[in-house]
Amino acid sequence: MSEIIKKNLSEIIDLIKKKEIKSEELANLYIDKVNKSKKLNSYITTCFEHTIQKSKEFDKKPNLNSLLPGVPLAVKDLFCTNGFKTTAGSKMLENFIPQYESTVTENLWKEGAILLGKLNCDEYAMGSSNETSYFGNVINPIARDTVPGGSSGGSASALAADLTPATIGTDTGGSIRQPASFTGTVGLKPTYGLCSRWGIVAFASSLDQAGPMTKSVKDCSIMLEAMVGFDNKDSTSIEKKKENYSKNLKTDIKGLKIGIPKEYRVENMPKEIDELWNKGKNILKDLGADIIDISLPHTKYALPTYYIVAPAEASSNLARYDGVKYGYRSSKGNDLIEMYENTRSEGFGDEVKRRILIGTYVLSSGYYDAYYLKAQKVRQLIKKDFDENFGKVDAILTPSTPSSAFKIGEKTNDPISMYLNDIFTVPVNLAGLPAISVPAGLDKKGYPLGLQLIGKTLDEQNILNVAYAFEKNCNFKNEIKNWWL
Amino acid sequence: MSIDKDKIKHISKLARISIDSKKSDSLAKDLTSIFKFIEQLNELNTDKVEPLSSILNTPLRAREDKINDGKIRDKILENSPKKNEEFFVVPKVIE
Repeated sequence: MSEIIKKNLSEIIDLIKKKEIKSEELANLYIDKVNKSKKLNSYITTCFEHTIQKSKEFDKKPNLNSLLPGVPLAVKDLFCTNGFKTTAGSKMLENFIPQYESTVTENLWKEGAILLGKLNCDEYAMGSSNETSYFGNVINPIARDTVPGGSSGGSASALAADLTPATIGTDTGGSIRQPASFTGTVGLKPTYGLCSRWGIVAFASSLDQAGPMTKSVKDCSIMLEAMVGFDNKDSTSIEKKKENYSKNLKTDIKGLKIGIPKEYRVENMPKEIDELWNKGKNILKDLGADIIDISLPHTKYALPTYYIVAPAEASSNLARYDGVKYGYRSSKGNDLIEMYENTRSEGFGDEVKRRILIGTYVLSSGYYDAYYLKAQKVRQLIKKDFDENFGKVDAILTPSTPSSAFKIGEKTNDPISMYLNDIFTVPVNLAGLPAISVPAGLDKKGYPLGLQLIGKTLDEQNILNVAYAFEKNCNFKNEIKNWWL
Repeated sequence: MSIDKDKIKHISKLARISIDSKKSDSLAKDLTSIFKFIEQLNELNTDKVEPLSSILNTPLRAREDKINDGKIRDKILENSPKKNEEFFVVPKVIE
C-alpha cells in the first residue's frame, strides 16, 4: 500500500503543487484502497468514473492556486451532490438523486477538490455510533468490534483508514467531534451560520452545522477555509469576510486565558479521561496560557434541552417525506393518509421514528409550553453561561467524550446511555459556538481520546491556533494497523 | 410523564407514521424513560427567562421578491416515485 495516502492533506497538496504526483495517480491510490476496504462499510456510494474523469481534466489544466488542487475527497452522505445518490443513511432516500449541489460541496469543488464518494452516517444524522444507518453499521479502523461514533461515523472511519485525505461531516449535537475523538482525528464544528446549510439533508435546523474532519489541525484550517462563505440561499448564513485560516495559523498562545469548567467533571468518567484533561491543561500552561477555573452551571440540563429541541425541529423537517415528491413510497394503503402512514413507517428506521414521535409530542397542543417553550428558556440559560464566561476567558478546554469508542451493539438497547455520549458536545450546539476536537492520547486499550476546545462566536482562528499549538506539543500518534486488508 | 400505548397511537397518528402494535410496547417504554430524562428541566425556575429560538442576534434576512430560478419542472419531477407527465400522482382523494 502506498505511503502517500497515509499523509496529511497539507502534505498531499504540496506533492501536487510540486508536481510530484498527478491528481489521477492520487485518485487511483485512494480508489484502490477503498475497493479493498469494504469490510469497514464506510462508503455508501462511490463514483470512481467521475473521479477519474475530473482528475484527468485537472491534470490537463491544473490550477495550482486553488486550496484543494485536484484532491479527491469523499463526503458524508448528507450533502446533496448533483447527479449522485444522496441517502442520508435512510431507506427513505435510498434512490434519491439530487438535481442540485449543496453549497458547501460546491465550494469544495470550486477549490479544486474532486468527489470520490459518499460516506455512511446514522440515519438522518440521528445517532452516536453509526448503528442506525439503513446501510449497516460502520467499523472503526482502530479495532474490528468498535463503533466509529456518529453520526458522521463513515466520514471518521474513512478518514482514519486513509480512504480519503480529508472529509466533511455535519454536527447537530456532536456528530463531527465525537467520531473524531473515537478515531483519533480532528473535527471542527463551526459557529452556527458560518457554513451554508443549503443542500444538506435537514435534521434540526437551529443546531445543524457542517464542518471539516481531518488528520491534522492544519488540514482542518485548509478545509474550513474552503467550505465557508456567505450564501443567499440559507437565511441563517452569516455575512462576513472570508478569513485566511490556514495562512494565519500560529502556535503562539502566550497569555491566552483557557477556562476549565468544573461541571464537565462528570460522575463515572474514566480516570484516564480526567488524566488526559490534566495533560491538556499542563501542555497549554507550559505554552504560556493562563488556566482559569470556570463554572457553566446549566451544563447538566443541556442534554435534556437538546432532546426536546432537536426532535421538535426534526419532526417538523421530516414531515416533508410523504412518498409523493421524492423518496420511498409504500405500495400499501387504501387512501392518501394510509399511503403517508405506511410510507413513513416503512421508510424510516426505529431511531428516526422515535425522535419524530418525541418531537411531535412536545410540539402538540397542550404540551408545547411544558416542553418546547421550557427547553427554549433553558437554552437561553445555557447560552448565557457561555456568554458570561467568555468575558473572562478566550477559549474553554474540556474532554470531547465521556468514554473512548465502545463496542458494536453495546448501547443500542438503551437510548439514554447512547444519548449520554454527547454530554460534552451538545451544549456547544445549543449556544451556536465553534468547537474543535483534537486527539490527545490513547486509553489502556489503545483507543484514541480527544480534547475539545470551545471558542467564542466566529473565533475559529483562535481555537484552531490553540489546537495547533496543542497538537505540536502532544505527540499523539494514531496506531491503525490495516487489519481489514 | 408516562407514555402508554394509547398515547403512542395518538402521537403516531399526528406524525402520520403507522406503528405496529407489537412495537408500540417497547416504544412506550423507551419514550417514558426519555421523557423522565428530559423532565429534569422542571427543577429549574424559568419564569423570568426569555425563550431562545435562534442563536443569531439579527432577524432573518429577507430577500427581494424577485424570481431567481424557474423552468425546472422536469428536475423537480425527476425523483418522484409516481408521476404522470407533469404531475405527481397520489392515491385518489375525491370520489
